[in-house]
Amino acid sequence: MEKHITTPITAEVTRDLHAGDYVYISGIIYVARDAAHKRFMETLDQGDKLSFSLEDSVIYYMGPSPAREGRPIGSAGPTTASRMDKYAPRLLDLGQKAMIGKGRRTQEVIDAIVRNQAVYFAAVGGAGALLSKCIKKSELVCYGDLGAEAVLKLEVENFPVIVVIDSEGNNLYETAVMEYAKA
Amino acid sequence: MIRTIATEEITKNIREMCIEANHYLSKDMEQALKNAVDIEQADLGKKILCQLQENLTIAREDMIPICQDTGMAVIFIEVGQDVHFEGMLLEDAINEGVRQGYLDGFLRKSVVGDPIVRENTKDNTPAVIHYSIVKGDQVKLILAPKGFGSENMSRVFMLKPADGIEGVKEAILNAVKDAGPNACPPMVVGVGVGGTFEKCALLAKQALTRSVQERSQIPYVKELEEEMLDKINSLGIGPGGLGGTVTALAVNINTYPTHIAGLPVAVNICCHVNRHVVREI
Repeated sequence: MEKHITTPITAEVTRDLHAGDYVYISGIIYVARDAAHKRFMETLDQGDKLSFSLEDSVIYYMGPSPAREGRPIGSAGPTTASRMDKYAPRLLDLGQKAMIGKGRRTQEVIDAIVRNQAVYFAAVGGAGALLSKCIKKSELVCYGDLGAEAVLKLEVENFPVIVVIDSEGNNLYETAVMEYAKA
Repeated sequence: MIRTIATEEITKNIREMCIEANHYLSKDMEQALKNAVDIEQADLGKKILCQLQENLTIAREDMIPICQDTGMAVIFIEVGQDVHFEGMLLEDAINEGVRQGYLDGFLRKSVVGDPIVRENTKDNTPAVIHYSIVKGDQVKLILAPKGFGSENMSRVFMLKPADGIEGVKEAILNAVKDAGPNACPPMVVGVGVGGTFEKCALLAKQALTRSVQERSQIPYVKELEEEMLDKINSLGIGPGGLGGTVTALAVNINTYPTHIAGLPVAVNICCHVNRHVVREI
């Protein structure tokens, strides 16, 4: 099913999203990948708050290529989410509602998704030029020294994603593959 | 006759090749991706493959890299033994080409200078360079920027001779199953069989630089490539790992003599952005 949603994403919204739904996201999403997540943990360990509110937030696992003049961003497709598996449950427990990436997640992440009524979306890997067209604005939030791994705040319009793991724990990576597997 | 080539020439070519590889896919890959749209049976799979077509058009027309992971630059340089280089050290000239290409081409700098300290080198150097000496007075450059979504899913298996061809098939299938959605399917599967621990990995990497439209010259290897493509596409993984009948575009297998006691197999997986540019100087 095709759906259009606007951020922030509440549990009311995620409850209505099901594995296999094709979703267009508009609004604000945050960008963070490996090195930024490591710093998030250090910040939280020290008892400090992150530079943006996690409540009902969407984090996109991505590291863009540099923007050419006059453009908000360069190529901007998803990176492999499993590298953030170690960090994701803690952030979900603190209010983050959605993750955008690609690839499998651990059971710990799936449990945290269900526990928090969250959602895991996949964007099409390797379609960074196409996805960059849905990004209207990009600004630095923190960790500029990390270059391509800095935390960004993006304004997106009809950013296309697919629900892979929904708030009930249904996992499209398992069900869809079974459908097309020949014994 | 000794032919002199200025290493400046190498720098200039590598610079251009970095930019070219990240914005234009080679003809064989473009054709394979186009064919995939017709073959795919899943609706969502077909939709994803159509998006990949659109992605290639945008990349080419708007000069936005096909994928944001513009890779670590892997370079194969075949040097004719009648060539003499003049100018800076060849290795420095190659790295200077990578540096200029990634800076001038708005490509992502994805290289850290030390694997544990992990500080970004900010110009995507150093490249991974493989040299070989060949006949003649020419220099052949093959540039293959390698993304790590798929590189991370690559494997080396040190099989026993008794495992035979069935063991090789199982190793390939297991690597692809493990890679699943993480490697951005539809993927290209480069396989190296034989040699030593490091030689089979190199064979697998070289196999990825072969045209995806051409099969091996060795009859049994050609058959194996075809059989494995069929088996992989029966796994159901599909485009984006979201189910379908096109999981791989090609299986390219390279072989080499090996030791009486061993059967090394390397599986180097590449996503659908299998970039390779070739130039001869």
